[in-house]
Amino acid sequence: MRIVVTVKFVPDLQSHRSFTDGTVTRTADDGTMNELDENAVEAALQLKEALPEGEAEVYAVTVGGPDAVAAVRKALQLGVDHAVHVCDESIAGSDVFGTARVLAAAVREIEKDGPVDLVITGMAALDALTSMLPTALAAELDVAQLTLASSLAVANGVATIERHMPDAHETVTAPLPALVSVTDEANTPRYPNFKLIMAARTKPVATWSLTDIGVDPAQVGAMASRTTVLDASTQPPRENRVKINDTGDGGVQLARFLIERGLA
Amino acid sequence: MTDTMVTVLVEHRGNEIAQPTLEALTLARSIGRPIAVWMGEEPPAGAVTALREYGAEEVRVVAIGDRARHSGTAAAVLAAATADSAIVLMVSTFFTKEVATRLAIATGAGVVVDAAGAALVDGRVETTQTVFAATWNVRTRVNADRAIVTLRPNTTQAAPADRPAAGEVISVMGMLPEVRETVVSVTPVERDAGVPLSEAAVVVAGGRGTRGDYTLVRELADVLGGAVGASRDAIDEGWISHEHMVGQTGVTVTPVLYVACGISGAVHHRGGMQASGTIVAVNIDPDAPIFEIADFGVVGDLGDVLPQAIEALKARRQG
Repeated sequence: MRIVVTVKFVPDLQSHRSFTDGTVTRTADDGTMNELDENAVEAALQLKEALPEGEAEVYAVTVGGPDAVAAVRKALQLGVDHAVHVCDESIAGSDVFGTARVLAAAVREIEKDGPVDLVITGMAALDALTSMLPTALAAELDVAQLTLASSLAVANGVATIERHMPDAHETVTAPLPALVSVTDEANTPRYPNFKLIMAARTKPVATWSLTDIGVDPAQVGAMASRTTVLDASTQPPRENRVKINDTGDGGVQLARFLIERGLA
Repeated sequence: MTDTMVTVLVEHRGNEIAQPTLEALTLARSIGRPIAVWMGEEPPAGAVTALREYGAEEVRVVAIGDRARHSGTAAAVLAAATADSAIVLMVSTFFTKEVATRLAIATGAGVVVDAAGAALVDGRVETTQTVFAATWNVRTRVNADRAIVTLRPNTTQAAPADRPAAGEVISVMGMLPEVRETVVSVTPVERDAGVPLSEAAVVVAGGRGTRGDYTLVRELADVLGGAVGASRDAIDEGWISHEHMVGQTGVTVTPVLYVACGISGAVHHRGGMQASGTIVAVNIDPDAPIFEIADFGVVGDLGDVLPQAIEALKARRQG
């Protein structure tokens, strides 16, 4: 079985500050692999580990500028076999459809060495949170789509997922090849251990341009994007905030606040 | 208002129209001529009346039953049902985001999801939305000739039209695509009585500080007419079911009022509620990050503060 996991390089949600020998540890990176993609990598590794040695291979693929290589390096540290970084300045500013086109072309390039049975993605990227990429990629690849899986099993060429929709819990199956997006309920991602981190250092990352994978630069990037961000501004902080210590009438004050604001 | 056709995909649970649909129709009226599309079983007469009251000039019915639960199928029939519409509005859910994506691939439309508003500016759709856990405001233009916008609930004040529109009921059927996925079992989720969490105007949420007892949280929610939410911690502890999870990977809520009870306010939780109108927090830990975004915070024990607040609110109602 050959599995491709897509991973995204995103700004860190929060800086993880720590101390080394009494001083604040500082790293150059403020970006990392999207946290929800760790569940996708974990799902792929668990499927691989359930099979006899040598019967499964896992690829991690990312699309983005030079810094984005950090995302696939993280995947290597977690234990994937191969890493691919599609890096081309023409990609900058792509919308989800452009990104899906590039990822699909990368999957097809990988298929030149043998068919890909499963593409696994995270449920969303924690930067934009649109959750559109899995659907767009399944459409580009023209494969079955099993999204928001809280569990995933593969047997006899069929993928089975469970998903929690707001109104129902569903079990859905599809024949391979298929695309599966997994939620953070699907598993608990492993931490890279020292051995894997050392091993990852010697694993190569394949860097591909759009030409390498046969994508016309005019079909991706900012010019091809169907949407353009006109402006972005930080939300002003909430004003007139009140914080009280409960000295016996905290509940009454809370109720009074709600009534005064017309909220109760 | 223009002659632009603005189609609203009706969100409904069985026979009942979800409130955000009426918000979307209200927004549609401010842009152009609203058309409602109803997918699933045939709509009841009461639902059609409501859609007319909110200005639907036509009610297009795609009677494909449960097949409407498949995003690819829904998108394919919507492509036919919205062929004359420059703008399609949907209520933001994980499902409609899939439908929007497929519909955009079929029609070449540009998509904005989780928008708070949309308008026609010089012939192009412009949207507003908040991103990065509601810390940034973004304005986006759709470059394509067609636009699909999914709207967050509680972002437009729903209001009926001055007079009901004709709302002629028209049956539409598109080509149903081949489906590769098979739903082998569906277990309906028992919903709390009242408004669903994602649409509620008031959300009262409990976290680790409840120590697993949601009695007070539910009581406060009842008094305020709101829905009950929870933090990831509480779900992981098994205190309350997954449908209640507010956060980046659970339900994103934008209520008028959000009351966080015993929730520390981890970044993943804030991402799912930070765009709420007014935020109230009760927490025993004065340094809890939730206080950084709370309009009104009480440092105290839930067991002291909540019963007192519930009593005061009830007393006012009776008085």
